[in-house]
Amino acid sequence: MPIPSYRLAPVVAAMAAFVALATTSPLGQQPPPTPQQPSELELTISGEPGTPPKFAVPDFVALSGDAETQAAARAIGAVLWDDLQFEREFYMIPRDTYGSIPSAKSFQEVPFDRWLELGADGVIIGFVQRTGTGVTVQVRVFNVRTRTSVFAKEYSGAASNPRLYAHTVADEVHQQQRGLRGVARTKLTFSSDRDGERAAGGVPNRNVKEIYVADYDGANQRRVTVTKALNIFPVWSSDGRALAYTSYRRNNSPDIYISSIYQGTPPETPLKGRGQNWLSSWSPDGTRIAFTSNRDGNAELYVMNRDGSNVRRLTNHPSIDTTPTWSPGGNEIAFTSDRSGRPQIYLIPADGGVAPRRISNESWADRATWAPAPYNEIAYSALIGSTNNIRIYDVASGERRQITFGEGSNESPVFSPNGRHIAFMSTRRGRSHIFTIGRDGKNLRQITTSGNNYTPDWSR
Amino acid sequence: MTVPTPIPALARARGAVVILVVLALVTAACAKKQPPIARPTPPPVTASAGSDSATTARPPAPPEPVRETPPPAEPTLTDEGNLGSRSLDDLNRESPFQAVFFALDADTIDAAGQAVLSANAEIMKRYASWVVTVEGHCDERGTAEYNLALGERRALAARNYLVSLGIPGERLRTVSYGKEFPFDPGKTDEAYARNRRAHFVVTAK
Repeated sequence: MPIPSYRLAPVVAAMAAFVALATTSPLGQQPPPTPQQPSELELTISGEPGTPPKFAVPDFVALSGDAETQAAARAIGAVLWDDLQFEREFYMIPRDTYGSIPSAKSFQEVPFDRWLELGADGVIIGFVQRTGTGVTVQVRVFNVRTRTSVFAKEYSGAASNPRLYAHTVADEVHQQQRGLRGVARTKLTFSSDRDGERAAGGVPNRNVKEIYVADYDGANQRRVTVTKALNIFPVWSSDGRALAYTSYRRNNSPDIYISSIYQGTPPETPLKGRGQNWLSSWSPDGTRIAFTSNRDGNAELYVMNRDGSNVRRLTNHPSIDTTPTWSPGGNEIAFTSDRSGRPQIYLIPADGGVAPRRISNESWADRATWAPAPYNEIAYSALIGSTNNIRIYDVASGERRQITFGEGSNESPVFSPNGRHIAFMSTRRGRSHIFTIGRDGKNLRQITTSGNNYTPDWSR
Repeated sequence: MTVPTPIPALARARGAVVILVVLALVTAACAKKQPPIARPTPPPVTASAGSDSATTARPPAPPEPVRETPPPAEPTLTDEGNLGSRSLDDLNRESPFQAVFFALDADTIDAAGQAVLSANAEIMKRYASWVVTVEGHCDERGTAEYNLALGERRALAARNYLVSLGIPGERLRTVSYGKEFPFDPGKTDEAYARNRRAHFVVTAK
């Protein structure tokens, strides 16, 4: 069994070690499944033909009487339901419809008749027990019709962040049942002025922005920077352990900073203030960073190694070239240039050398983001009508579609690591907030609720 | 985009003025036995309108209706001795420099902007030790990412004009804040016009 890797840090919840323990499934004890299916398919729960499987996730059962264990049990069930709902691979039966179904007393005593009556194809049963300083969480996914367990795991760890157990189960269930890489354990980063701190220097009305991180669903929002300066455009490293961002903390001049957010070490400044540098974008393999700089007189694109070595210029044009983003393979860069008069999206090989190819045709386009395989798509923010909206460009066909339609200003899209979702900033509910939305424009979720929040990035 | 509650923002910007306005409201309201209106009227928009208002829009000066009761301690531009003795923070809180305004998605300095820059250059010549940062700003309608480069272009345009008027380049640095620090949080054409600006901050004296 792989041991999930966890991010432990001063800034992000102090999670104690969290280890997947013995997960040998006691499936052998179960009666053999009804024999009309080939054995490889036995573990996949299906729904009625043409419809997604219907799943239920009742509250997990606390086997210990203390309040923390009971709260953890309740939280895990609710969060797991939410995580599974997010990917829309299952029809998640609303939790308030099965409050009257009695809890399972053990994995051997599940009231399958009631779950069948409810119409569930699958039900996820869990038990939470206090063990020493932490908890043990046992989870099984049952095929309601065959009454067999198709997934059985046990996790041990701290009780302080029960959501992490739910996220882990959700990712593993998505992988096992649907062959899908879930995003329940990924994180978002963004900048926010929520603390209302003012910039130094006497000029009135200047709220600083600081960098924050949050779980993909908006839980556990934590501040990363404490500088009382402008900190903007954070992006995740490929391993999710560092953030690169633009900060004005030194001499009120923008430069690229890298914070290893789980180590408590001072941020690195690979460019050490040479020129003004902003809008970093990390290559998919984590070795290089593309950024914008005016070091040669006007805004151009540059690429450097992570440690600041080997800075090389990628564009050379008297117009503005900015906002770089890498293709998933790291061989191309999409960026914004106003060489045609207004800002538009262009593609260029990551090694340069070829004239950029324009792909947008709106009156203003910026902040391209490239979806990973199997989606060869680029989303960007474009001025359509009187507001900015999110458009998605299919690189192969050249077709464009739109997923926001004038509800406030919609900017700074970024794809989730599985390409199925987009995080973006929108003013649709008044202030500037971070939202996530499906790549089909459905399933909108609001991530932030306080202050103004900008320019999200989604960890890999 | 950033729309903090206007009261602290205004109070900070024009403390004495706001107090006077609130006092006036309180007095008026007391007569009618109603609670005082807690929110002073926003700064008025001067005559100009539309995207071309950049050419006529006023710099961040005290708003019109309170002119009748100006705070007595406010120094004037001609109060040279006072300017020279003020701290950097005080200088930048009520800057002797006027801002230069730009049209939408443009960095051209028009006649009004040239006049402002000439006046600013005179102040810089008078206080020859001052080092000034030219900040480029944008309105909120463009995207945050591109606006950072656009603001940089505006700052450079203003700086280059000041250099052409004889201000040594080493006394001028530039920085862009894109749309991060709007002067006017409003969402009107007038507010946008006031936010598309080059702003001058004394960074050393």
